[in-house]
Amino acid sequence: MNMILSPIPWLLVIPLAGAVLTMLIPLNWRSPASMFGLLTQLLASLLLGYQVSQYGTQIYAMADWQAPLGIALRADGLATLFILMSSLVATACALYAHLYLNLTKRGHFWPLLWFLWASLNGIWLAADTFNLYVGLELLTFAAVGLVAFASDERSLEASIRYLYAALLGSMAYLLGVALLYGAQGTLAMDSLAETWHWGPTNQVAITLILGGLLLKTAVFPMHTWLPPAHGGALTPVSALLSALVIKASFYILLRFWVEFEVYRHLPSLSQLLGVLGAGAIIWGGWMALKQTHLKMVVAYSTVAQIGYISLMFPLLTAENSEASLMAYHGGILMLLAHAFAKAGMFLAAGNLIYCTGKPDLASLAGMSRYRPLNIFAFGLAGVSLMGLPPSGGFNAKWLLLQSSFLSGQWWWIVVLLIGSLLSAAYIFRVFAYTYQETEATDSFRRPPITIELIALCLSVASILLGFLSIWPVNVVSLPGPFMEAMP
Amino acid sequence: MDTNLIFTLGGIGLCGLGLFGFIYHCHLLRRLIAFNLIGNGTFLIMVGFAQRGQGVTDHVIQALVLTGIVVAVSATALALVLIRRWFHLKGSTQLPEDDAS
Repeated sequence: MNMILSPIPWLLVIPLAGAVLTMLIPLNWRSPASMFGLLTQLLASLLLGYQVSQYGTQIYAMADWQAPLGIALRADGLATLFILMSSLVATACALYAHLYLNLTKRGHFWPLLWFLWASLNGIWLAADTFNLYVGLELLTFAAVGLVAFASDERSLEASIRYLYAALLGSMAYLLGVALLYGAQGTLAMDSLAETWHWGPTNQVAITLILGGLLLKTAVFPMHTWLPPAHGGALTPVSALLSALVIKASFYILLRFWVEFEVYRHLPSLSQLLGVLGAGAIIWGGWMALKQTHLKMVVAYSTVAQIGYISLMFPLLTAENSEASLMAYHGGILMLLAHAFAKAGMFLAAGNLIYCTGKPDLASLAGMSRYRPLNIFAFGLAGVSLMGLPPSGGFNAKWLLLQSSFLSGQWWWIVVLLIGSLLSAAYIFRVFAYTYQETEATDSFRRPPITIELIALCLSVASILLGFLSIWPVNVVSLPGPFMEAMP
Repeated sequence: MDTNLIFTLGGIGLCGLGLFGFIYHCHLLRRLIAFNLIGNGTFLIMVGFAQRGQGVTDHVIQALVLTGIVVAVSATALALVLIRRWFHLKGSTQLPEDDAS
């Protein structure tokens, strides 16, 4: 399709151009330029959403260079939903960062944000396994840079740990891709799926790729790099990392899992992923309950939520197509609800820390009287994370529960229930601190109302998702290569 | 023995060595070098294994390895900046928990 008419190239070209431009222009021009960029990204994502829902899967070859040497981009329903999700969440976080950071910090934030955005869009749209690798690596560099951005000892340590874990993960992925190419002589997802055969090479390759991606998604027990990185970063960065960055490697995992029909051939591996997810739910919830710092509670809650999302793997079985479809919808809804709720929760937590000036839970005393709006935002996000109705999180959990019933895997129901109890416990524990009244006279800093409203908007979005669930479900069910490979 | 097979076996050996070093060493620079070993091993496997039995040079693989090298160089540069900053702040070449071992 023509470059001017299709929004797909703009989703890559504008963030990349933005990253380079915002590095070159003077500090005080960077924010206005980025605001313009945000607007174009939102427009391009909406246009893509319209085109894909009207005309089906869109394919685009960059600069008319055809595969294998050229870069092919593909937007199906799943990719489009992720584009929309990342555009909305990243815009909210960017606006928040603009208000939250000072001029110099803000100036250095924009190039990293644009690199992050470009690599996210690159991953959502990639049609071949090597572009996915490049996207993953670029994403890692931008994310590590953003973690180190807080420029204190703790965040530096976290960023080094994060970088090493991520590098190991992407190297394993690249090795897997090399083996796949050696076995099948192609890198494109479509032709790999067509010529797929379960030889020993492909099995080793898939194992390496899964291992690498699990490490990068921080699936239990490979999650240890996540809490310090997400909890120690600056607030808008934490929100971006938890809401979007870990979803990228998960998205690749899901694509491999379904498009190459791994679920059909290795059902025991599905159960293993489910066990890891269950471990994450319980361990993440338990650790969140024991943290003394507010942002660490939220970071460990991310570990637990990744567990919920991983529960869709054992439920995607070849035997029961109805249960599999429900699990797919439930997992995607969970992912979407988590993106909005966790971004909202991190921003609300950041506002509370901004007020008290201290990161620990004990200094939250009296907050629910002083900043009710903020506590409300935190609570709404909590409702979605706990899975109380009406919220996106509730619908997602409901679908996962029903899928477990239908496919007769009752043990995941137990895990889901324990997980909900644990998440209720760690969220209400934070609330308990905010209702305490202490004798000490405290001096609170008042945050601007705008940053409180941004947090509230994201949390409200996660609740609204409960009423609008049918829309994302319809988008991800649009026909395409992904849906054809579903059981 | 086929040269491509030698490349592949060499690559596997390098990957194994690198992985061992990555896990065994605590010194941040040594870990970084170990990561580079894994990377080079992967590129050797790409060149050797992916081209075996074709007789002609595969341009796609050359493009991939070139891109991979660029990415690995950037990764190394980023890691070096972080390690240097860490050294300036703490005067240590290891991360805290690794000090004990």
